[in-house]
Amino acid sequence: MLKIWSMKQQQQQAENAEGAAGKKKKKVTAAQLRVQRDLQELTLGSTMKMSFPNPDDILNFTLTIEPDEGMYKGGAFHFSFNVNQNFPHDPPKVKCTQKIYHPNIDLEGNVCLNILREDWKPVLNLNAVIVGMQFLFLEPNASDPLNKEAADDLRQNREAFKRNVRTSMTGGTVRNVQYERVMK
Amino acid sequence: MASADSSLRWKHLHKVLTKPGPFSDEDWVPGSETISALETSKILGAGGLGCEILKNLALSGFKDIHVIDMGKSPPITFSGIPQLTLTDTIDISNLNRQFLFRQADIGKPKAEVAAAFVERRVKGVKITPYVGKIQDKDEDYYMQFKIVVCGLDSIEARRWINATLIGMVDPENPESLKPFIDGGTEGFKGQARVILPTLSSCIECQLDMHAPRPAVPLCTIATIPRQPQHCIEWAHQIAWQEKRKDDPFDSDDLDHIGWVYNAALERAKQFHIHGVTFQMTQGVVKNIIPAIASTNAVIAAATTSEALKIATSCNPYLDNYMMYAGEEGVYTYTFEAEKKPDCPVCGNLARNMTVDPDMTLQEYIDTLGDRPEAQLKKPSMRTEEKTLYQRFPPQLEEQTRANLQRKLRDLVEDGQEIAVSDPAYTIDFRYRLLFK
Ligand SMILES: [Zn+2]
Repeated sequence: MLKIWSMKQQQQQAENAEGAAGKKKKKVTAAQLRVQRDLQELTLGSTMKMSFPNPDDILNFTLTIEPDEGMYKGGAFHFSFNVNQNFPHDPPKVKCTQKIYHPNIDLEGNVCLNILREDWKPVLNLNAVIVGMQFLFLEPNASDPLNKEAADDLRQNREAFKRNVRTSMTGGTVRNVQYERVMK
Repeated sequence: MASADSSLRWKHLHKVLTKPGPFSDEDWVPGSETISALETSKILGAGGLGCEILKNLALSGFKDIHVIDMGKSPPITFSGIPQLTLTDTIDISNLNRQFLFRQADIGKPKAEVAAAFVERRVKGVKITPYVGKIQDKDEDYYMQFKIVVCGLDSIEARRWINATLIGMVDPENPESLKPFIDGGTEGFKGQARVILPTLSSCIECQLDMHAPRPAVPLCTIATIPRQPQHCIEWAHQIAWQEKRKDDPFDSDDLDHIGWVYNAALERAKQFHIHGVTFQMTQGVVKNIIPAIASTNAVIAAATTSEALKIATSCNPYLDNYMMYAGEEGVYTYTFEAEKKPDCPVCGNLARNMTVDPDMTLQEYIDTLGDRPEAQLKKPSMRTEEKTLYQRFPPQLEEQTRANLQRKLRDLVEDGQEIAVSDPAYTIDFRYRLLFK
């Protein structure tokens, strides 16, 4: 044990600690530090906004996507992001906070995006997730459905699917499910 | 002190501690001082391997042992007296590595049963059990130990204790450095490592050696389950959300597991899938890795043997990583894992920076651009509890802009650590701000 302690002292001398070390205080966590960096490196187009209910808590925030093209144009879609202390080992938890008609988002708000689950890697960052989310609104895809009815509609009749999207976005009912109004 | 009986028990151990061997350090003084160093070392054993570790520590001569384990139902077990009764009740059907146990102990906390058992078997040892999570305890608690030995079953818990022990190191106080011995197993594979917080490679430096297990795509779970595990994931992630939204899922609550099990069973029936069991449900939702008793024994033995060597200095300790691969024959390999200079936990430890507390945050940021050791032109920065200034996204910039005009003394405390990121650098910086 003494040997280990003297190793520490040697290291300390080598670093030539300036002045007193002071009392120990809470350290910024690895997850916070990584999110701070990721936020700084985001590229948000004009179609995306973020909001931080508590600016001191950067691990919890909302992303709003307002597509300016595609079938979901004119809507404003809100997603809650929850990043845990195990980030970036764990992906962020993302949920849609509105009830929307989308083949890759279920009525509970769960999102089917590969990099949020099986393809998540710690080298990916928040920007990758946000780009992926934006893509879901430009290219909804029927092959990975979470809302099976919506996926069937998209596969079988694209025009009818588009009409359903418009109906749902204005708060209408599609296949007996009433959706939330999401127009800006 | 030593009765005839106890001196017999420790005869072999004392041989190692009272005579130098070919590998002992030149400066080492064998004898009673070394023995008393061992007997007075307060040591902590934690996690699923904790019971096995506890037994080994007690039999290695440690006399003041603390143990943390959150295990509830599966009883404890000791090699030596086989007493295996398997029934199909919930309490004991999930015993995979619980090779031996006593019927009377079923349902009691593991740590307590283990403590009482070892105290009975090894005279003179004092064991203090705590039933709960390692995260329940704070730095003051961990500060009392000389060595921490962990056999935790989750990466999250490992990272937590790693960051805690590294954060505790105070250069002014050598005893704040707690050698941390980590053991882990996964089926027939395992590893033991010795971490000297801030001195050697840490868990976080080695994180990429643990590939996360691939998760099943949510879409598969939602629409076309093919395996019993998919039905369990569906019940856990989708059905629970729908039906019990306001009830946070607790993987340690047997009622919750039971609910998920029944929902999964129902779904499996619909899709004609066989093989959903309660045990599998528990494994999937808790992400339990299969545990093999003998792998656990090998790894627990390796970690406790390192604890003995570190506490007594009798022989050189593991430097620093031993992997054990038993899945294809047996292969072990020891190497020195390297400390990563940019490790977010042990790398770039906070450097002291003396500041004038009456300077505004804006003025401080300007000085960061000029200071030769910093040269940060576009920094964003925070403390553990406060976002001081975040340059992007615009919403957060607006929310933190007012801080720029505030004085440092109103934003941080003397001696507090801040973390700074700047797009010009791929690593982040930590500074401890000392008021002038
Ligand atoms: Zn490290």
